[in-house]
Amino acid sequence: MPSLTLLGQAIVSGLLAGGIYALLALGLSLSWGLLRLVNLAHFALALLGAYLTYQIGTALQVPPWLAGLAIIPAFFLVGMALHAVFAYFRVTEFTSLLVTFGIAVILESVIQWFWTADYRRYETPWATASLRVGPLFVPILEMLACLTAAALAIATWAWLRFTYVGKALRASAEDPAIAAAFGVHHRRQAFLLSGVSAAYAAIAGAFIALIATLAPAQIWAWLGVVFAVVIIGGLANPIGALLAGLLIGVSESVTMAIVTPAWAPLVSFSVLIVILIVRPGRA
Amino acid sequence: MSAPPRRVALGLTIAALGLAALPVVGLPAFYESFLYIVFSWIALATSWSILSGYAGYFSFGHGAFFGAGMYTTATLTTAFGTSFLASLPVAGALAAVLGAAIGAVVFRVKRLRGELFGLLTLAVGFVLATIVLNTRIDGGPGVYLSSVPLPRLVASPTGTLYLLGLALAVATIAAAYAIGRARLGLGLYAIHDDEDVAEGKGVPTFAYKLVAFALSAGIAGVAGGIHAMYVSYVTVGETFSITVPLYVVLMSVLGGARHWLGPAVGATIIAASLYVFTGGQQAVLGRAVVALVLILVILLLPEGIVPALLARRRRRTPVSVEMAAAVPAPAAPAAPLACTDVWRAFGGIQALRGVSLEVAPGEIVGLVGPNGSGKTTLINVISGYYRADRGRITLGGATLTTRPAHAIAGLGVARTYQIPRPFAHFSALDDVAAAATFGAARLSPAAARAEARGWLEFTGLGRRAHALPHELNLHERKFLELARALAGRPRVLLLDEVLSGLNPTEVAGAIRLIQQIRARGVAVLFVEHLMRAVLELSDRVVVLNEGEVIAAGGPREVMRAERVVEVYLGRAHVA
Repeated sequence: MPSLTLLGQAIVSGLLAGGIYALLALGLSLSWGLLRLVNLAHFALALLGAYLTYQIGTALQVPPWLAGLAIIPAFFLVGMALHAVFAYFRVTEFTSLLVTFGIAVILESVIQWFWTADYRRYETPWATASLRVGPLFVPILEMLACLTAAALAIATWAWLRFTYVGKALRASAEDPAIAAAFGVHHRRQAFLLSGVSAAYAAIAGAFIALIATLAPAQIWAWLGVVFAVVIIGGLANPIGALLAGLLIGVSESVTMAIVTPAWAPLVSFSVLIVILIVRPGRA
Repeated sequence: MSAPPRRVALGLTIAALGLAALPVVGLPAFYESFLYIVFSWIALATSWSILSGYAGYFSFGHGAFFGAGMYTTATLTTAFGTSFLASLPVAGALAAVLGAAIGAVVFRVKRLRGELFGLLTLAVGFVLATIVLNTRIDGGPGVYLSSVPLPRLVASPTGTLYLLGLALAVATIAAAYAIGRARLGLGLYAIHDDEDVAEGKGVPTFAYKLVAFALSAGIAGVAGGIHAMYVSYVTVGETFSITVPLYVVLMSVLGGARHWLGPAVGATIIAASLYVFTGGQQAVLGRAVVALVLILVILLLPEGIVPALLARRRRRTPVSVEMAAAVPAPAAPAAPLACTDVWRAFGGIQALRGVSLEVAPGEIVGLVGPNGSGKTTLINVISGYYRADRGRITLGGATLTTRPAHAIAGLGVARTYQIPRPFAHFSALDDVAAAATFGAARLSPAAARAEARGWLEFTGLGRRAHALPHELNLHERKFLELARALAGRPRVLLLDEVLSGLNPTEVAGAIRLIQQIRARGVAVLFVEHLMRAVLELSDRVVVLNEGEVIAAGGPREVMRAERVVEVYLGRAHVA
C-alpha cells in the first residue's frame, strides 16, 4: 500500500489529467448530444490547434494566449464551415462518424506533412512551474487547464440552461419538428454550436501544446478515454462531462500509483462498461 | 433481394479456382503478398458485415477478435508446439466464444444499440490489448513466429499464405451470401430496420444477434491466426491498433454493408489504393486521398457502391393477379385467449389494474375506452412487448406471460401497430414474407414469398408487391400491417386501430376482411375508436377505463350502459 502522500499526489494529478479529458469531452458531448453528430474530427482539430500554438510560439515567439486570440476564432469559423458540409449533405448520426473519421485522417496527414511524424515539444518557462500545497505538488499549467475546463463547463451549462439559444438547441435535439413549429431556427443555432465546439477544440489544443509532447498519431490516443468520458457524463451535459473527466482521471492515476501504470487504460473502459450495463439509460 | 444461388456459386467457384491456380503457375512473391493482404481484408470486412451490416449493429471491436486470433496462433505455435494449421480452428473458436460472451452481456441491454454499441465494442479492443500486454501472453516485447514451420501447400511460403487467405475470403463471401438468403439473414435484416417489430413478428432477436456476432468474430479470429504467420512478429501495438476496426467499417460501408458482395468490393478498392501509396511522404498523401474518397462516397452514395449500382438495374417484375384470395387456416388448432387479473405499471402510473377478459376462437371482441385507458398497453402485454407485473395470459394450454415476444408470435399471436411500422428496406412482398417465415406459419423463405403474394392479394396490395414502405400511402401501409399480421397464420389477431384514418369505402373493405379472417376460426381482439365498426363487427365489447374493465357484454347493451356513457361523454350526458 503506497503512502498517503503518494496517494494524495495521485489524486491531484488524476484531477488535473481529468481536466484535459473534460476539456476534450466538452465539445464532443455538445455536438453529439445536441446535433446528433459524432465528431471524430474533434480530436484532430484539437491536435491541429496544439501544433498551431506550438508553431506560432516557437517560430514567431508569440505567447500561447495571444496565439489563442487568433486560433480560437479561426477554429470557430472552421467549425461553422464543417457544419455547412454536414447540413448540406444531411449527414446522419452514423454517417457523421465515418465522414469525421475521414476528416480526422486528412488532418492527421496534413499535420504529418508539415511537422513530420517526429515528436515535438513546446518548451516554455511555465512547463516546470508548480505550486506546493503541503506535501503535494500542483503543476501550474495542468491546474490552469483544469480550471479552464471547469469554467467552460459551468459557462456552457448556464448557456444551455438559461439563454434562449441554449433552450432552443435543447428543444431541437429533443424533437426538431415540434421545436421548428414553435419558431426555433435550428439551422442557425446548429452553426453556432458547431463553431463553439470547434473553438473548444482549439482551447484544448492550446493546453495540449503546453503540457504534452506532440505527435500526429496522438489524435487517436485520447479517442477511447474521451468517448468513455462523454458517455459516462451524459450527452450534452457539460457538468457531467467535467465530473466524468475528473472521475476517470483520478481512477486512472490511482490505479497507476497502486497497481502499475500499464494497467491504467483498463480503468476508463471498465468504468464505462460497468456504468453502461448497470445504468443503460445514462446516455 | 439478390442474385440466384446457382449463378453466385458458379461465379465464386470459377473465381476461386482461377485465383488458386496462380501460385501454381508461378506468380511473383510480391503479387502473392499483395493479394494475400487483399484477401485478408475481404475476409475481415465481409465477416464484419454479417452482424454489423445485416443487423445494423456497427461493431468497432473487430480488431479485438482479429487480435485474439493472432495471439492464439502465436501462443499455441510458439509456447505449446501446436502446428500452425491446427491452431487456426482454435483461434476461430476462441474469438467466437469471446464475441458470444460480449454479446450475451451487451445484447441484454436494450439501450445499447447504435453508436453506444459501437463505442462499447471499441472499448473491448483496448481492454484486450491491455490484458495481453500485461500478462505472459505477450508481456511487452512481442512474439516471434519465425521458427514456426509453415506447411507447404505449394512451393513458396507466400504462395501457401496466399492460398489460405483465398480460401478464407471465398468461404466468408459464400457464408455471407448463404446467410443473406436464409432465415438467419432475413431475421438480421429485419432487426436492422426495426428490432422491436422483428421480435414481435417472431424473430428470436437475441439468439440471432448472438449467432451472427459469434460467427463474425470467429471468422475474424481465423483471419488473425493466418495473419500472425504472415507478419511472423506479433506486437500489441500493431495488432490492436485502430486500423483494423476502422478499416473494416470503411470498406464495408464503401462497398455496401447490407449486400453480401459489398464489403469485398470495398475491401479490394481500399486495400489496393493503400498499396499504391506506400513509403515516406507518399504514404501520408495516400492516406489523405483514401480518406477523401471515403468522405465523398459516403456523402454521395450512402448505401454503398454495390447497392447503388444494383439500384440502377432494379427490375420491377409485374405481379400476377391470377392468385385466388384464399385464406389459409391458422397454423395450429384454434384456442381461446384468456387474460386473468393482468397488472402493469409504468413508474407511478398504473396502466392496467387487474384486467381479465377472454376471446374464443372465431370470436371478435372489441376493446374500447377513452385515450389512455390501457388498450394499447394490454395489446403490448399480450404480445410480449411489455411484461405483465402480475397476472396470467394463456392461449389454450400455453402460458404467454412468461415467454419472450418472439415465442408468443411463434405460438400464433399476431398484432398490428397503430402507426404502421413496416421494415424500411423491405418491399411489401419481402415484409409479408418475413412475417410468414417467422410467425406461427414458420414457412421456408421460398414458400413464404409464394404465400405472401396471396396475402397481398387478399388485402388488395397485389399491385404494390415491390413497393418500398416510403412509396405506400397511409391506407396501403395500414393494409400492409394487416397482411403481415395475417401471414404468420395466427390463432389470435390483435388489431390496434387498423381502421383509423381510413375513408368509409376503405373501412367497409377492412370490415369484410376481418369477418373473413374470423370465419377461419381466428380469435380477434380489436382496439377501435370507430363506433360504427365496433358495433358492426364485435360479438362482444369490453370497455376499459383507467386500466380497469368497467363493462363487458353485447355491443349495443354495453355502449348504452350508464358507466360507459359517463366515461365517454361525462356525467351530464348520462340520461
